[in-house]
Amino acid sequence: MAEWILSQFPDSILGYVIIGALPLLFILPYALVTIYLEMKMAAHMQDRVAYMRTGWHGTLQPFADILKLLQKEDIIPTAADKFLFILAPYLVFIGTYATFAVLPFSSQYAGSELYLGIYYVIAVSSITVVGILMSGWASNNKWSLFGALRAAAQIVSYEIPTALALISVVMVAGTMNLQVLSQQQSGGIFDWYIFGGPFPIVKKLLLIPIMFVLFLIQLTASMAEVNRTPFDIPEAESELVQGYNTEYSGMKFAIFYLAEYANLFVVSAITVVVFFGGWASPFGNYLNSGGWELFWFVLKGMFFVSINIWLRWTLPRLRVDQLMYVSWKVLTPFALVCMILVGLIVVSF
Amino acid sequence: METVLKTSHGRTLRTEEMVINMGPQHPSTHGVLRLELVVDGEIVIDVIPHIGYLHRCFEKHSEHMTNYQQVIPYVDRMDYVAAMNNEFSFAIAGEKLLKIQVPERVEYIRVIMAELQRIASHLIAIGTFGIDIGAFTPFLFCFRDREKILDLFEMTCGARLLYNYIWIGGLSHDLPPEFIPKAKEFIVDFRKTIKEINDLLSYNHIFIKRTANIGVLPADVAINFGCTGPMLRGSGVNWDLRKNDTYSVYNKFDFEVCVGKGEFGTVGDCWDRYMVRVNEMEQSLRIIEQAISTLPEGSISSAIPKRVRPNPGEVYGRAESPRGELGFYIVSDGTGTPYRIKARSPAFVNLSVISEISRGYMIADLVAITGSIDIVLGEVDR
Repeated sequence: MAEWILSQFPDSILGYVIIGALPLLFILPYALVTIYLEMKMAAHMQDRVAYMRTGWHGTLQPFADILKLLQKEDIIPTAADKFLFILAPYLVFIGTYATFAVLPFSSQYAGSELYLGIYYVIAVSSITVVGILMSGWASNNKWSLFGALRAAAQIVSYEIPTALALISVVMVAGTMNLQVLSQQQSGGIFDWYIFGGPFPIVKKLLLIPIMFVLFLIQLTASMAEVNRTPFDIPEAESELVQGYNTEYSGMKFAIFYLAEYANLFVVSAITVVVFFGGWASPFGNYLNSGGWELFWFVLKGMFFVSINIWLRWTLPRLRVDQLMYVSWKVLTPFALVCMILVGLIVVSF
Repeated sequence: METVLKTSHGRTLRTEEMVINMGPQHPSTHGVLRLELVVDGEIVIDVIPHIGYLHRCFEKHSEHMTNYQQVIPYVDRMDYVAAMNNEFSFAIAGEKLLKIQVPERVEYIRVIMAELQRIASHLIAIGTFGIDIGAFTPFLFCFRDREKILDLFEMTCGARLLYNYIWIGGLSHDLPPEFIPKAKEFIVDFRKTIKEINDLLSYNHIFIKRTANIGVLPADVAINFGCTGPMLRGSGVNWDLRKNDTYSVYNKFDFEVCVGKGEFGTVGDCWDRYMVRVNEMEQSLRIIEQAISTLPEGSISSAIPKRVRPNPGEVYGRAESPRGELGFYIVSDGTGTPYRIKARSPAFVNLSVISEISRGYMIADLVAITGSIDIVLGEVDR
């Protein structure tokens, strides 16, 4: 698809701009839907009904929220480092946005079929840490600084189990290309890597328990990477007020918000591509053409987004040292053991 | 705790403690409490509570009323989440001063109201404690059931938060006929909610990890600081004014005093204080059940004095509020207004122990400790 767009605008930068802007077509509607979904899911878990007045069952409320944020005064504290303060939210968003370049939405469309896909995702998504640290420091607020330092420690720690879990799957698949990973799993639900991948039965049976553990590690660690409860300690509202984005208002705050939701989809999408077949239909070749691929991808992605929302409104928050404990003493050793086992299986079969 | 590090160039780097304000505008100080924290990174070295942001001169105002009855709405506004218990306590002091014997029915209704209010107050304590730990959903479950209690109050006296219901010598209204069936319905429903709260919060692994062994208050420290209520009982001390200095008709009911047992950590930690409140709600239900089934007939206003003009003298009346021993010391000079009123506020006394029990824990733990003390700033500052 990218080639086709470029061929429409020969000798012009316009083609690249259009390709670059394409993910926005997805992110903006997705954010609106997810804000609505989160509020409604939370409400129904808590015996409430959430918004009901703007539009049918409050469906227009996310638009109203965004309109409100647009109108809000954009406050920059006098004592803040102005340049960094303004730059930070965009940097956070860039880190998230850049990962959309490699997400394979269907077999026809992936922004770039990069061979180092997974490596790229892990590397680029770390840029958000810089943005968060920057926002916390530039705000000149002690609570923000606490939030930023916690966020930095947390995201850096949790990248290790995520990376180890993903690498184990890469060893099985033999590729880092997210598009190729999806294609490998397109032969129906039992070809997905969570069920051992498209291999002979013995190898599959050996891989299934390991894959399941790896999936749990990836799910937990990715939840920590997007700073959501039970790992939302960087913005723990009962401790740090709002963490690194305490001082932000108006559109800058909205961009933090958007980045958080976009990031939520990215980590869910990575889980989907690596373990759950990406755009592949669960029924093999049935319902597996054109638009259906996009449908399956978004559906699976939203399923994991919903799981994140569900856990957020169920569980209490961990403490900062317990969070580190989970990462370094539980997830990382398990991921390492899994990686070694996967290596042995790959070598012997 | 100042550390001096030498860099490779021979220059010195110093680490310093940071002073940071928690409040008065902070989500988890339960009102306008300001905690001045001295922190070393995330570790709390010292906590200095600053109070007085909600001071409304209750005691001074009371001296300038036209009569004793007018003090009761002010008493409501002290501990605004447990107004019934405040009124109850003040009425006990006032009746002691006037040497009035109130009818049996009045005492029974007062006990029902006080225990319903205790449940409502503990629901707020439990719910907001959950929020402090990061669990939002139990809070709304708590408020859903608190709403039912407020409906019962509204049905009885028309008000939902500040009632002016328990008067010296009687009550403002009798129970409406539909109160008893509604209250029975509530008791049945609420037993389910307690189970729900236990499943969702009390025995949640993360919740236990966050609260067990945190903010341990040993029994001797609790007694030395004068802590009362769930704070004291959480430390394993069996002390409840309803049993130990029984008042009203509490001696006619069968209930247990819940104490902290240190099930998941040390006796006197945040989890114990929390669990004492959960268990007390069950005991309050038992008291309400018994009181409803044996409610005597009679007048509710026969003992209300036409004119309150006590003899000169002084009196101290106390009762067990959800936060502990709430007492009123009243000095009368023989006129229709009190010469002096002093409130012994349990929340104030309980709060004083915070710097003692939160040193060395982390900021996140301090939030848990503040939540487990269950302060109401209206009562701390008065």
